[in-house]
Amino acid sequence: MAEPEQFDRRNLSEAYLAERAKFIRLETLRLTRIAGAGHYSSTFSAAELFAALYYGHLRLDPKNPNWEDRDRFVLSKGHAAIGLYPILADLGFYPPSKLDDFTRLGSAFGDHPDMKKIPGIDFSSGSLGHGLSIALGMALAGRLTGRDYRAYCMLGDGELNEGQIWEAAMAAGHFQLQGLVGIVDRNQLSIDGPTEKVMSVEPLADRFTAFGWEVHRIDGHDLSAVMATLSALKPAGVGKPQMIIADTVKGRGVKYMELSLDWHVGNLVGADYDDAWAEIEGGLQPFVREDA
Amino acid sequence: MSAAGQDQSTLFRGDEGELRLKDAKSVRGTPAKAMPAFILGEELADLAEADPRIVVATADLANSSRTRDFANSHPERFIDFGIAERNMITAAAGMASCGLVPYVATFASFAGILAAEAIKTDCAYPRMPVRIIAHHSGISMGFYGTSHHATEDLGMMRTIADLTVVCAADANQLRAILRASVDHPGAMYIRLGRGRDAEVYSEVPQDFAFGKATMLRDGTDLTIIATGSQVHAAVVAAGRVAETGVTVRVLDMHTIKPLDEAAIRAAARETGAILAVEEHNVVGGLGSAVAEVLVDEDRLPFRRHGILDEFSLIGPPAALYAHYRLDADGVTAVAKELLKIAD
Repeated sequence: MAEPEQFDRRNLSEAYLAERAKFIRLETLRLTRIAGAGHYSSTFSAAELFAALYYGHLRLDPKNPNWEDRDRFVLSKGHAAIGLYPILADLGFYPPSKLDDFTRLGSAFGDHPDMKKIPGIDFSSGSLGHGLSIALGMALAGRLTGRDYRAYCMLGDGELNEGQIWEAAMAAGHFQLQGLVGIVDRNQLSIDGPTEKVMSVEPLADRFTAFGWEVHRIDGHDLSAVMATLSALKPAGVGKPQMIIADTVKGRGVKYMELSLDWHVGNLVGADYDDAWAEIEGGLQPFVREDA
Repeated sequence: MSAAGQDQSTLFRGDEGELRLKDAKSVRGTPAKAMPAFILGEELADLAEADPRIVVATADLANSSRTRDFANSHPERFIDFGIAERNMITAAAGMASCGLVPYVATFASFAGILAAEAIKTDCAYPRMPVRIIAHHSGISMGFYGTSHHATEDLGMMRTIADLTVVCAADANQLRAILRASVDHPGAMYIRLGRGRDAEVYSEVPQDFAFGKATMLRDGTDLTIIATGSQVHAAVVAAGRVAETGVTVRVLDMHTIKPLDEAAIRAAARETGAILAVEEHNVVGGLGSAVAEVLVDEDRLPFRRHGILDEFSLIGPPAALYAHYRLDADGVTAVAKELLKIAD
């Protein structure tokens, strides 16, 4: 099917996507300061995933946000919207200046995204556990209406504690919705601690496999791996729904935040802000576990 | 009082002759005898013939809701989600966001209570045209007990902004509701009984409109405001109370939200007392909604009648309706108490 004119992907390279991931992290810092609080570390873990999806993969048209054949993207971990808003502005869904009053009284842009107020948001989210069911419905609708878009859903790992996720996972396998693509930002932490201590989600690949999914497990900060996996996704049709488990690091890109329970949500001021900004500007450094 | 164990449809049958409807007009020549849940799948199938956006889903209750009739004629647009009500309602919202108009049916206790947050967050808040068909509401599940009774759902649904909440009194009104629902903006909660409600409307009411109560009878001494299954009981009770020499208005308040406040205010000014009757807890439902309007009006005798904030007993439905005075005899007695008319 003919695609409308899209943003320029001609010069797409891994270096370009890395630059966009940096942009996402820096914008997250800026917006956190405007709001006085934000879920920065949950966005940092997803920065490469966001960059690859929005700049390199999803079929969409910023000039026609309601294009019926566009790919759908549901941000089930809605608290990472602070990282998605700048991308949508950058792509031209709305002017970047719209974000200057982020979260202020009357702003369309809150901590969780509202589809009725923000072009490019395919569904409102915020209450964890809903998004996979929403994307399931979108994929079903695609099948019923004969459209070949895929429905993507980005999930948090802690969110997988919610029972409804597994209702949707069961249904997706049952209905053989190959056009449904899940992406777990496996950043290892939920609010109260490591997921495996709070409420374990592993063995995650085995669990989705058992529910009838085709599972890919990759390093979610490795842009070449992310792009290769996205490019190899099967088209919408009858077959196994597709799950990408992206192993990531919560807070990735700012050393003092990486896998730290102290930096889930809040404001960043003074040296914390300046240090984070400078470190992100310098680009991703190799991740080293503290206990390594 | 009616005999315990008697089937509700049998119970009401002898009273049907008392019903009078002046303005009901037939639409599409529909026969009037079917009962609500029993016509659900058939009516949706008719609507789907003309509208490719309509899809129907159930959560393993295709027979109870008679959505099986839709599945038989439109198998490609029928989805059984299994016993996973929240997933069904949320997925319906996803489908609606892609241009479909989903009708999703399950027991009211699982639609309006178990999945209440899915209705709020995924249907009402983003204003998705999902139609939640909550069948077997109130105490109509009888001896299945409290887990299957839904006497809280109206209270929960009524507090959700931008959600239309409507109760069907019988099969013909349900047809009118379904026909009017297709292009109605936003999400809708449609509350049904168990498919055995006695006939109130002899034909599909052509003048049905969401948010506009239907006056079934006029009078000046009392207004009975009823919804859903209690409309029939209210009409019969009004006839019996009128035999004592008073006149009674009956309002079918089919739409709980948006509420027809003007009809309630008119009743407060033009009639001597108000009785609200519902198959639901008196806390949070129709009676509460009416009280919220009446608080602005001059005081007049007012009573909420329904389940009096308790978990209902188990028993055959007819016995329960008699016990809770939610049959014609019971509503008649409550109305007479309110008007201080001795038996």
